[in-house]
Amino acid sequence: MDMNRRQFFKVCSAGIGGSSIAALGFSVKPALAEARNFKLARTTETRNTCPYCSVGCGIIMYSLGDKSKNVKAEIIHIEGDPDHPVNRGTLCPKGAGLMGFIHSENRLKHPEYRAPGSKEWKRISWDEAFGKIAKLMKDDRDKNFVAKTDDGLTVNRWLTTGFLAASASSNESGYITHKVVRSMGMLVFDNQARV
Amino acid sequence: MTNHWTDIKNADVVLIMGGNAAEAHPCGFKWVTEAKHHNKAKLVVVDPRFTRSAAMSDYYAPIRVGTDIAFLGGIINYLLANDKIQHEYVKAYTNASFVVNASYKCEDGIFCGYDEAKRKYDNKDWAYELDKDGFAVVDETMQHERCVMQIIKRHYSRYTPEMVETICGTPKAAFLKVCEMIATTSRPDRVMTIMYALGWTQHSQGSQMIRTGAMVQLLLGNIGLAGGGMNALRGHSNIQGLTDLGLLSNLLPGYMTLPGQSEQKIEDYLAKRALKPLRPNQMSYWQNYPKFFVSFQKAWWGKAATAENQWAYDYLPKLDKGYDVLQAFEMMHQGKINGYLCQGFNPVASFPNKAKIVGALSKLKFLVIIDPLATETSEFWQNFGPYNDVKPEEIQTEVLRLPSTCFAEEDGSLTNSGRWLQWHWKGAEPPGEAKADPEIMAEIFTRVRALYQKDQGAFPDPIVNLTWPYRNPKFPSPEELAMEFSGKALADVTDPKDPTKVLAKAGEQVAGFAQLRDDGSTSCGCWIYSGSWTQAGNQMARRDNADPFGIGQTLNWAWAWPANRRILYNRASADPAGKPWNAKRKLVAWTGEKWAGSDIPDMRPDAKPEEGVGPFIMTAEGVAKLFVPSGMVDGPLPEHYEPFESPLATNPLNPKNAKAFANPAARVFKGDMEQFGKPDKFPYAATTYRLTEHFHYWTKHVHDNAVAQPQQFVEIGEELAAAKGIRNGDKVRVTSNRGKIETVAVVTKRIRTITCDGKKVFQVGIPIHWGFKGVAQRGYIANTLTPFVGDANTQTPEFKAFTVNIEKA
Repeated sequence: MDMNRRQFFKVCSAGIGGSSIAALGFSVKPALAEARNFKLARTTETRNTCPYCSVGCGIIMYSLGDKSKNVKAEIIHIEGDPDHPVNRGTLCPKGAGLMGFIHSENRLKHPEYRAPGSKEWKRISWDEAFGKIAKLMKDDRDKNFVAKTDDGLTVNRWLTTGFLAASASSNESGYITHKVVRSMGMLVFDNQARV
Repeated sequence: MTNHWTDIKNADVVLIMGGNAAEAHPCGFKWVTEAKHHNKAKLVVVDPRFTRSAAMSDYYAPIRVGTDIAFLGGIINYLLANDKIQHEYVKAYTNASFVVNASYKCEDGIFCGYDEAKRKYDNKDWAYELDKDGFAVVDETMQHERCVMQIIKRHYSRYTPEMVETICGTPKAAFLKVCEMIATTSRPDRVMTIMYALGWTQHSQGSQMIRTGAMVQLLLGNIGLAGGGMNALRGHSNIQGLTDLGLLSNLLPGYMTLPGQSEQKIEDYLAKRALKPLRPNQMSYWQNYPKFFVSFQKAWWGKAATAENQWAYDYLPKLDKGYDVLQAFEMMHQGKINGYLCQGFNPVASFPNKAKIVGALSKLKFLVIIDPLATETSEFWQNFGPYNDVKPEEIQTEVLRLPSTCFAEEDGSLTNSGRWLQWHWKGAEPPGEAKADPEIMAEIFTRVRALYQKDQGAFPDPIVNLTWPYRNPKFPSPEELAMEFSGKALADVTDPKDPTKVLAKAGEQVAGFAQLRDDGSTSCGCWIYSGSWTQAGNQMARRDNADPFGIGQTLNWAWAWPANRRILYNRASADPAGKPWNAKRKLVAWTGEKWAGSDIPDMRPDAKPEEGVGPFIMTAEGVAKLFVPSGMVDGPLPEHYEPFESPLATNPLNPKNAKAFANPAARVFKGDMEQFGKPDKFPYAATTYRLTEHFHYWTKHVHDNAVAQPQQFVEIGEELAAAKGIRNGDKVRVTSNRGKIETVAVVTKRIRTITCDGKKVFQVGIPIHWGFKGVAQRGYIANTLTPFVGDANTQTPEFKAFTVNIEKA
């Protein structure tokens, strides 16, 4: 029988109430008394990749909510993807704790600002943060951009601001980051691969 | 990785050295156990510590930290002296037969062309001898005294088993046992894989360690074969991808390089990179560089990149030197950098000499942090007692901290170590106001662009002309970005052999990099990723795990670069006539008309074997380089140098030449040389390492991992513990010449005392995972201790070999 995981769950939960088990010689009553619906049967499954090491294990994230409008999904369980040819359903001690990363109490939730000499953060809006950053960058670039060297070579570089890119962000994030950073003429630019 | 995780199951011998896959890459390591159980493979582990990889091994040999070139050079000597090489492979697929210039020499550990004052080599005397047509001279008999085979025989004859024992501390018998096990794979039908990680990269001679490993594999004929290869186990989920996409100081996407400032004209720039073949009939595939480069410029600057303006060549910044992270923090420390943006990166924890890093950040005008978690770097200005003893009121840096999403809250692809681009899907909304990285970058960019459009300023052209065709300019979608880096036709692309045949119509996605053109008719953001999103859709999202040949080649699972090829150099899996060395592990073979098999052939499909087209298509030689005339700054052959901090006072290989003590071509900044510790004060060799329960500095923010390994510790052997009166669980102080950490000692049998150059050497293991932010117990940043020096080629810091002292606290 061809059956994917989702269908398997459905058959399991639906089948309990039917007579097929009785037909196998079991009594239905105790089975009904024992069975609770498998919690994950009502969740939405989403395929993802473990963001830790470079094995790239496939994972399945189970979330409450069906992703319809006005429903806020919440991930309640993560396990290895049994279809994945490398990890074949397993996760290591790091990957097994992924839920705790998503829900860590140290996740940042809103933009913050620390003024020179201050001992504390002040919450600010995204608009204020982006406005400040754009201005700081443009001021520094305009002041320190090197179009030509003293001996007349065209170099168009900006060396007084640098950028350090991530190690677990997606290729798409990395690509747009590179495009933005380099178009401004930055050379002080690296990612985690350097270390 | 030249190969990929699943392929490890095809190996007959597995060498794990410079890595610890069982603990750092556990789900990938299962393919080693698969090879052991189903392929009768033998696992050999060489490591300073008896790791859990070692616990699974058939044979374990100890080694002193930082001496891997001596060990591997000793293996090369063993293979050559005992005639344990794959002769036909070495002759046909490597440059062993190439003749080197008469002026080449290496004396007392220093190669010719060395400038001591600049700590740099001029490599002109490392070149091949050329014939009148500009091709390299070869001697097929490999008897010419200046051919590469004879040069490496002479060079490594000094690396005797006795010398290996003297330098590495590996007992001679143990070393020879490893040699014997490895040498069994010199037979054409047996194969070995090498798995390495940061234990080879994080050294002042790290690149050359890896090259020595590759030389061993080439001599054994193990590159390009199923179950073989040089397999770098990368540390993070997408540093492979971010490297492929060129997010490094000197790179552009797809391993193209930024121009140097002397390359003022595009012709000069392209000529240096579109390498002409050094032997007849070779592909020298970088000859296509102009197609990849022009398509890239079109992807970024569209209509503003024209033939008339050299495809907007002036828009690219020109390098005068590398600006890697060590260079960046050196400049920052000198007050020469005003602003810094950190995206998902924690330099206070990740970079060497924490005091210097925090001092440097304190001199910035502004720092922007983009991260899902509250990192140490974002609070470098805050006082955390002994863990970060700073005065906030004296630090004038403005800091902005922006919350970003994590993997679970976004769509996109990650590239694993096996070069597979795997698409993933969003499963939940991010917490609070967190935004995805592309949205943050787009907001910053569009605001800066608006300021330039309104007020002008310094050279606005590359900013205001940057292509930004996204439906929502404030949030480019992952799909749009993936399609852009995979590439499309801007005008109809026709078949060069038949111009009436259209391969891709204007506006369509290209099928792969073979369709890219240098006339501005195609655009492609990253040529090696070309084909990841074709007219047929997103190839990275494919999920068919079928393995029709039974050797782990799941060609329809996700998409691998380049061209969905799973094993690089796979032409070398067949003999020169095109017949697989081992029919049981066939990758590609010549059918009489074309190359075909279980993988995408790494060869021109119609290249008849008798044409002699070499399998290493990216090199100008067409073969792999045992000896590298150019490309390595610290020598054409690997040579053993001591780490900058060593428990030995001299390099036993060249004891009389102080210049050849540590890597003579490694860059050392003023002031850092003076901070290297000497054996009298810091007698113990130290190395940093990772635990299986933690991932770098992230999982200390995760409850379950913090419970599993809550507290910082250092690991020492029983003999050192007894000598110092330290018992298991005692509080100890570990010092280097840059700082100290205080923590508890774990006394184990895993770190043995070894003897090097007649002297007992004790080694100290320092796990890295703690800091002053997180839900685990607070600990000292391990990199408080590490030295500020990097590999001569890559500038990757020397975290794996330095010296410390240890005392009971």
